Amino acid sequence: MSDAALAPDAAEAAADATAAIGFVLNGRPVSAAVSPGMRLSEALRQHLATRDVKVGCNAGDCGACTVLLDGAAVCACLVATRQVEGKRVDTLAGLLDTPEGHRLADAFARHGAAQCGICTPGMMVAAVPLLAADPAPSEAAVKDALGGVLCRCTGYRKIIAAVMDAAGPAADAPAEADGVGARIPRIDGHAKIHGTERFGDDVAPADALVVRVVRSPHPRAAFTFGDLDDYAARHGVTVLTAADIPGVNRFGVIPPFADQPVFAEREARFRGEAVAAVVGEADTIAALDAFPVSFTPLPAVTDPAAAQAEDAPRLHESRPGNVMCRGLVRRGDADAALARADVVAEGRFRSPFVEHAYIEPEAGYAVCVGDRVEVYASTQAPVMDLEGLAPILGLPVEKVRIVPTAVGGGFGSKLDLSVQPYIALGAMKTGRPVRLAYSRTESMQSSTKRHPSDIVARIGATRDGRICGFHFEGDFDTGAYASWGPTVANRVPVHASGPYRVDDYLAKSAGIHTHNPPSGAFRGFGVPQSAIAQEVLFEDLAEALGIDPLEFRRRNALENGVPTVCGQIFEQGVGIGACFDALAPHFARARAEAEAFNAAARAAGSPLRRGAGLAAGWYGCGNTSMANPSTIRSGVTPEGRIVLHQGAMDIGQGANTVITQIFAAALGVPVAAVALVGPDTDVTPDAGKTSASRQTLISGNAARLSGAALRAMILRQANAGDDARIEPTAAGLVIHDGAASRPLDLAALPVDRLGYTLSAEESWDPPTAPMDENGQGVPYAVFGYAAHLCELTVDTALGTVRLEKFTAAHDVGKAINPLLVEGQVEGGIAQGAGMALMEAYIPGQTEDLHNYLIPTIGDMPPVETLIIEEPDAHGPHGAKGLGEHCLIPTAPAILNAIRHASGARLTTVPATPSAVRAAIRAAEEAQ
Amino acid sequence: MTYLRPTTLDDALAALAGPPVTILAGGTDVFPALGERPAPRPYLDISRVAELRRIEENAAGWRIGATATWTDIVNAPLPAAFDGLKAAAREVGSVQIQNAGTVAGNLCNASPAADGVPALLALGADVEIARSGARRTVPLAEFVTGPRRTALSPGEMVSAILVPPHPQHAVGGFAKLGARRYLVISIAMASAVVVPEAGRAASARVAVGSCGPVASRLPALEDALAGAPLERLAERVAPEHLAPLSAIDDVRGTALYRLDAAATLLARLLGEVGRAALSGDRP
Repeated sequence: MSDAALAPDAAEAAADATAAIGFVLNGRPVSAAVSPGMRLSEALRQHLATRDVKVGCNAGDCGACTVLLDGAAVCACLVATRQVEGKRVDTLAGLLDTPEGHRLADAFARHGAAQCGICTPGMMVAAVPLLAADPAPSEAAVKDALGGVLCRCTGYRKIIAAVMDAAGPAADAPAEADGVGARIPRIDGHAKIHGTERFGDDVAPADALVVRVVRSPHPRAAFTFGDLDDYAARHGVTVLTAADIPGVNRFGVIPPFADQPVFAEREARFRGEAVAAVVGEADTIAALDAFPVSFTPLPAVTDPAAAQAEDAPRLHESRPGNVMCRGLVRRGDADAALARADVVAEGRFRSPFVEHAYIEPEAGYAVCVGDRVEVYASTQAPVMDLEGLAPILGLPVEKVRIVPTAVGGGFGSKLDLSVQPYIALGAMKTGRPVRLAYSRTESMQSSTKRHPSDIVARIGATRDGRICGFHFEGDFDTGAYASWGPTVANRVPVHASGPYRVDDYLAKSAGIHTHNPPSGAFRGFGVPQSAIAQEVLFEDLAEALGIDPLEFRRRNALENGVPTVCGQIFEQGVGIGACFDALAPHFARARAEAEAFNAAARAAGSPLRRGAGLAAGWYGCGNTSMANPSTIRSGVTPEGRIVLHQGAMDIGQGANTVITQIFAAALGVPVAAVALVGPDTDVTPDAGKTSASRQTLISGNAARLSGAALRAMILRQANAGDDARIEPTAAGLVIHDGAASRPLDLAALPVDRLGYTLSAEESWDPPTAPMDENGQGVPYAVFGYAAHLCELTVDTALGTVRLEKFTAAHDVGKAINPLLVEGQVEGGIAQGAGMALMEAYIPGQTEDLHNYLIPTIGDMPPVETLIIEEPDAHGPHGAKGLGEHCLIPTAPAILNAIRHASGARLTTVPATPSAVRAAIRAAEEAQ
Repeated sequence: MTYLRPTTLDDALAALAGPPVTILAGGTDVFPALGERPAPRPYLDISRVAELRRIEENAAGWRIGATATWTDIVNAPLPAAFDGLKAAAREVGSVQIQNAGTVAGNLCNASPAADGVPALLALGADVEIARSGARRTVPLAEFVTGPRRTALSPGEMVSAILVPPHPQHAVGGFAKLGARRYLVISIAMASAVVVPEAGRAASARVAVGSCGPVASRLPALEDALAGAPLERLAERVAPEHLAPLSAIDDVRGTALYRLDAAATLLARLLGEVGRAALSGDRP
C-alpha cells in the first residue's frame, strides 16, 4: 500500500475516530471533523453552519442539497465528506457573490420563483453552471440543468422564467406601487433566495439531542418491548413510550374525533406508526443498533371494502363497521329526475393515496424554558398545535409556546401534529434541547395523505342540455385515524355537484377506517377526487347530447340568485360563468389546433394525437358551517415604527405578503413601512390555520380591520381628518392633513406590554349557518371558482401524455397580488397533474421520492392564468380564496383532454402510460 | 469503522483482499441503499484512483475505467456506435447523478432498470474484474446474474468495462420510457448498435431493459435485422423476437404493457438508427 494514501486513514481506523477534512468551501479553506462515512450534506449543515444546503430525501431524488463540487453539480447527500478533501465546494451562500449568482437571485425575486423556498438553494445552485456557460439559455437547457431538483410549490414555470431571464433588467427598475392589486415580489423572499430562511431543521442549537422514532414495519401488529432500561443504560439514551406520556396519549385535529396515539399501545394500526422513541446525542443516535421490540403481524384490512366486511377487525371500538363518519347532501329528488332524464351517464371512479411530498420533511426542536416548553417546528397551524400538544404533555396551554419556523411546503399535512410530541416529550424528559427531522421515508410512512376514493355516480341531463338528476356515493379510505377525515366526508357532498345548478341531488360520502396511514387534509379535502367523477360524467353527457363541452358546462353553470345543492343562494359573487366565458376563445383555438394537428398526424402515420379538455371546480373558503375567526394585531411603537403581528402561516403561498398588502392599504402606508412579527403563540394572536383557502379572505379581513382601526387611532391622535396621509419616515410618522404636515408625537402616550403606544386587534369570522340533516344551509360565506383548459399530446402507441399548455381561469374576486395568484395557480396545476398522471402512494412500495413520482421541471407546460375578478362582498376588496381551487379542475381537465385526443375514457388515476395505453386499446376494441 | 482511500488500483485490491468493505465511488447507489442506518462495513473509496477514471482507446477497443462517470461518457470523444450509451448517460437520473454516478457502479448495482446495461449489451461489452494479483474478463450478459446479483466474488471489483472495436460507421441508439421526465426509473428501454454496409444492416445488436430480471439481448431480432435495408429496420420487429423477455407487473406498468411498449420502442429506435446510418448523421 502507498503510505501517502492510506496511512492517515489507517491511523484513524485504529482510533476509530473522526478525522479533520480540509477543503475549500465558498472560497474559504475549512476543516471539519467528520466520522468516516458522514455525508457532505450533514457535514456542511451540522459542522460548518452551511444551512443553505437543504436535505429533502438523503437519496439524490430531490436535489435540495445540490452543491458544486469542483464546479459540477452534485447532491451533497450522496458524497462522503472525505471524498471532497482538497476540493472546492460551492453552495448558494458562496455563489451569490458570483455575477451569475447575483443576477439569478435578482431574477428569482422578480419572477416570484421562490414560494416556500426549500428547493430554492438547490435550484439556484444547479442553474449557476448553466448560466456561466450560457447567460441566456433556452427553456430546454434550463430543464436539463434543473431536472434534478424537485419543487412542490411553484409548478416550475416561474423558476424557468427566472433562469432564462437572469440576464434581464435588474432590480433597479422603478418600484411599482405596492397597494392592493400590485404585482410586488413577496416581501419575505430575500431570505428564501439567499438561503438564510430558517426551516424546521435549521433552528436547533448545536448541542441539541436527537430523537429517533421506532415505527411499526407492518400495517397491523401486536408488539412487546424487551428490556428498555437495559437498552437505555447500555447506549446512554432516553427511551420514550406510551408509558412516558404525562398527559393523554391521544391527539387529533378535530377534538370529537381525536383518536391517534403519540405512541401505539400494544397494537400498531398502520405501517410506520410510532411505538417508541430514543433520545440521545447525535452521534449515539446515528450509530444505534436494533431497538428491543418484537412485532407480531396481525390480519389487516387495507381497503375500505375489506374494512366493511362482516368479520373485519374493528380499528376503533366505538366505530362499528369501521365507519368513521358519513356525509350527506340531499336536494330535490335525484332518482326521480334521473328517471326522467333523456340521457344518463354513470361510472365508477377511483383514486389512490396521494402524498403531499413537500420537499421539507417534518422537523423542529423543543426546549424547556423555566417551567414551560417551547416548540420550534414547521407547521400550518400554531394555535392548533398548542391546543393539541398541551394535553399530551399534561400541561396547561399557558405552559407551552409554539414558534413556527419557516415551512418548506405543507399542502395540508402540516396541519396535524408530527414531530412536536416527540421533541417536547424528549425535552421535558432530558431537560435538554431536542431536535428531530423526519427521514423522507419516515415522513411518507407516517404523515397524512390525500384520501383514496371509490366513487359511483350517475348524472342525467335533458335533451336541451340541462342537468337532470345527480346521484353520488363515495367511499373514502381514511386510514387508521380520523385526522381530517370528517372534513372530507362533510365537504365532498357539498362540492360534488361542481359549480353547477343541480336541482335534484343526492350525494353521500363515508370515511372508512383501514390499516393504512391516516388520510387527512390535502389541498381540496376530497373535492379534487369528486371533481374527477363529476367532470368526466359531464363530458359523457355533452358527448351523448352532441353539445360542445364548454357550452354544456356554461349552460349549467351556477349563477347569482340560483341555489347551490345546499340551497344556499348567492345574490352576488358567483364567477364560474365568467371563467367559462374567459376560456371560450382559448377552447375554440385549442380544439381547432388539435384538429389540424391530428389531421396531419393521421396523414403522416404518426401515433401522436393532440387533445383539449375542460373541467371546472369550486371551493368554499373557510370551515364548513363552523366559526373560524382570524385575529390580527398591529401597533405603533413610541418611535413611530408600524408593526404587524401576522399570524397567518405563510407556507409558501404568500400570506406574509398578501396580508401585509391588505393591512398597509387599510392603514394608508407603503408595504415597506410595515415590520412583521410572525406567528408565535406568546405574542401574535390566532389567525387560524392555513387551510381551506381561508387566509386571504379571513385573515385578510382581520388585517383590513386592524389597519383601518390603527389608522383611525393615529388620525385621532394627530387630530387629523379621515383623508389625511400617514407618511412613515426615519424620524417617525408624519401626518399630512390638507396643507398641513406635522410629525406625530407619540412620546407622551403610555406603552403597552408589547411596546406599542397605539395598538389595534381586530377579528373577522365568515358568516355561515349550520346545515340541516339534508345538508341544506349556509356552509360557507364565499366560494371561489375555477375552470381549466388542458392541451396535451398523447403518444397512442406508448400511452404517454405530454402536457402542452394549461389555460386557467380563476375567479379570485380581487387579485391582491397577481404575481402570487399566478404562483398558486401554476403550483396547484403541477400537483393536479401529478395526481392525474403519476402519483400513487402504496405503503411498502412507494415510500420514497425515487419510487413515488411527482412532476419534475420537465413535466410542466406553460400556464396562462386568466384572472377573473367577480368581487365578493365578504372579501377584503372583494377577494376570495384560491389555495385549493387551483388544483381541483386540473386532473379532470387532463382526463378529458386525453379522451379528446385518443378516445380513451379514463376513470381511475393516475393515468400512467400503462393505464392510458390499456384504455386506448379498450377503446379501439370497443369500436 | 474505517474509511480506506487508496490512490492506486493495487492498493485498492490489497484492501479488498481484507475484511469485507463497501466500495464507494459516485455514491449514488451506496448512500440511498444505506438510508439512515449506520454503514455496516468500512468504506473503500476508489474515487481517488486516477487510473480508474480513464476512458481510452487501444487495440482491443475502448476501455471505460471503473470510476468513469456518466458525464465523462457524455464528454468523451467516442464514435457513433456509442451514441446509444451517450443517450443513456443523459437519461440517468439528473445532472447531479450523472456528474457523480459511475457506469461500472450502474452495472454492479444490477438493477433490472439499470440504464447502462442495454446500451452496453448492444455494444457487446465485457466486464474486467480485478482482484489482488489477478484479472478476469466476463461478458456483460454473464456479469449481471439477476436482480441485484453479479458475478463478483468476495475480494473482487470491477476495474473496467471493455468495449470491442466497432467499425467507424457503426451507429448506436437508445430509447427510454418513463412516467415522467428526469429522475425516473425506466418502465422499458431499448438500445441498438447497427453496422451498416451498402445500405443494409450487415449486423445488429439489440437489447431491452426493465422487461425482465436482467436486461436481455434479442438474438432472433438481431438475426432478422441482418441484411435488412437500413430504411426498413423498424418493420423487422416481430412479437416473437421479444421471447427472451420476462416482464412483470409492478407499480410502473403491467407485463403486457411493457412488452407492447418494448416493441414500439424497438421499432422507433431501429427506425432512427437506420435513418442515422443512411444519412451518416448521428441521431
